[in-house]
Amino acid sequence: MMKKKIWNGYLIAGLVITSIVLIWIIVGQFYTPYDPTQMTGAKLQAPSAAHLFGTDKFGRDIFSRVMSGAGTTLLVAVATIGIGAVAGTLIGALTGYFGGYVDEVLMRLNDVLTAFPSILLGLVVISILGPGKYNVILALGIVFIPGYARLMRTAFASQREINYIISAQLMGASTARILAIHMLPNTFSTLLPALTIGFNNAVLAEASMSFLGIGVMPPDISLGYMLSESQGMLRTAPWYALSVGTVIAVLVFGVGMIGEGIQRIGKEDL
Amino acid sequence: MTTNNTQENQDLVLQVSHVSAGYKSSGLLPFQSKYTEILHDVDFSIKHGEIMGLVGESGTGKSTLARAILGMIEPHEGEIIHYTKRPQVVFQDPYSSLNPAYTVGWSLEEPLVVFGKYDADERKRRVRDMMERVELPEELLEAKPSELSGGQRQRVSIAAALIRRPRFIIADEPVSALDVTIQAQILKLLVDLREELDLSYLFISHDLNVVYQICDRVLVMKNGRIVEQGDVDTVYDHPKEEYTKQLLAAAQ
Repeated sequence: MMKKKIWNGYLIAGLVITSIVLIWIIVGQFYTPYDPTQMTGAKLQAPSAAHLFGTDKFGRDIFSRVMSGAGTTLLVAVATIGIGAVAGTLIGALTGYFGGYVDEVLMRLNDVLTAFPSILLGLVVISILGPGKYNVILALGIVFIPGYARLMRTAFASQREINYIISAQLMGASTARILAIHMLPNTFSTLLPALTIGFNNAVLAEASMSFLGIGVMPPDISLGYMLSESQGMLRTAPWYALSVGTVIAVLVFGVGMIGEGIQRIGKEDL
Repeated sequence: MTTNNTQENQDLVLQVSHVSAGYKSSGLLPFQSKYTEILHDVDFSIKHGEIMGLVGESGTGKSTLARAILGMIEPHEGEIIHYTKRPQVVFQDPYSSLNPAYTVGWSLEEPLVVFGKYDADERKRRVRDMMERVELPEELLEAKPSELSGGQRQRVSIAAALIRRPRFIIADEPVSALDVTIQAQILKLLVDLREELDLSYLFISHDLNVVYQICDRVLVMKNGRIVEQGDVDTVYDHPKEEYTKQLLAAAQ
């Protein structure tokens, strides 16, 4: 008679860090100390009490820009793993449960997609659709599907022969019910850590694509776009690149800790 | 062929006539698929209220026979006729027969939800009634399988199998994974429930002593064939086949 131990240091630390960053970003969508797109004072000011992260070469407040731009990055990352995880879970459930030809065909298609480096695949999609934040979401979403499909296929296939699923089949439960209600909850221990890893990869992928100029386009700003912009000011305003980079790092670190924490649920704490 | 005879037969719950069955292993291409026959000309019937034992070494096809009776594999020759509702099954491993994601209460209610004929109050009433019959406290309805002991899980599995009131249960090594003291309790429970709920069992076991304790008749299986069948007393006291003698000698 033992309850699973849920809370551990990783999970708590991850949730605290991530919540703080998230609240800060969400506030940034409604209120920023300065207008992120307007000149607010002298150009290239070093960080000070008035401008916590300093100003860029147009005199814009970097703190406000990061606060606002991180929202775009967050949207892209969440929507990307949303597409990847939902489509991947559907494909994984069908191939894992049915096996046979469905499995063979879909998984070979999956292999083809996996064979391309993800940034290249993203480039192809963007070159067809054009840049912009929604196209980045679509491109990265498609790139993320194969990984989730493969992972979820294993999570579903491993339950196919287990007695509680055989019982469900014998009681006459529909296939949809077996997949969604009997099997899906048992895949969460696989899916949740994968979502946190996927979130981090999506943040970094958005940053890379925007950095390369094939991602988010003005007037939208994102962390990746700003990183690309700050590159030209590395000597004159190093605090720009540094503050954007730090926010990315803290966000990725926080979510990574949550993922680590979820994997340690039920195991001994360190 | 597996048929469900709607006509109530007073005497029989199950008739297996000359069944041969096996598994198809599928390859990537159609010509790669291979058929392996496991059961050969299996022929027996189970009477109303009877506990039929099925003994034999591991790998002789006992579980395959159970799967054929449950309709999970199609016999390629012969016929399986059910004279009652769909049989339910109690598995050997109580750790995998309950869904770890859900509470005991959910696992007991789900067959009724799928059945779809009862409202929520009636379902809850039936679940509580069944918990009482398998002698488990109602508090356990809120527990997850990981919080239960092996014996408790097997009681829950039995309750889940019985919740839709089937008349025929296939028990596939239901006590083999349990401690000896717990084994005796579960066997007693199965026998008591037979009286209370008017059940018949196919009781699969490799343990001849357990079969002797609770079964009325017994089937001895070897390499997918029934080599001997009859009343437990007759078979145990006067085994005809060499194989049965060996099994009995090994069980002493």
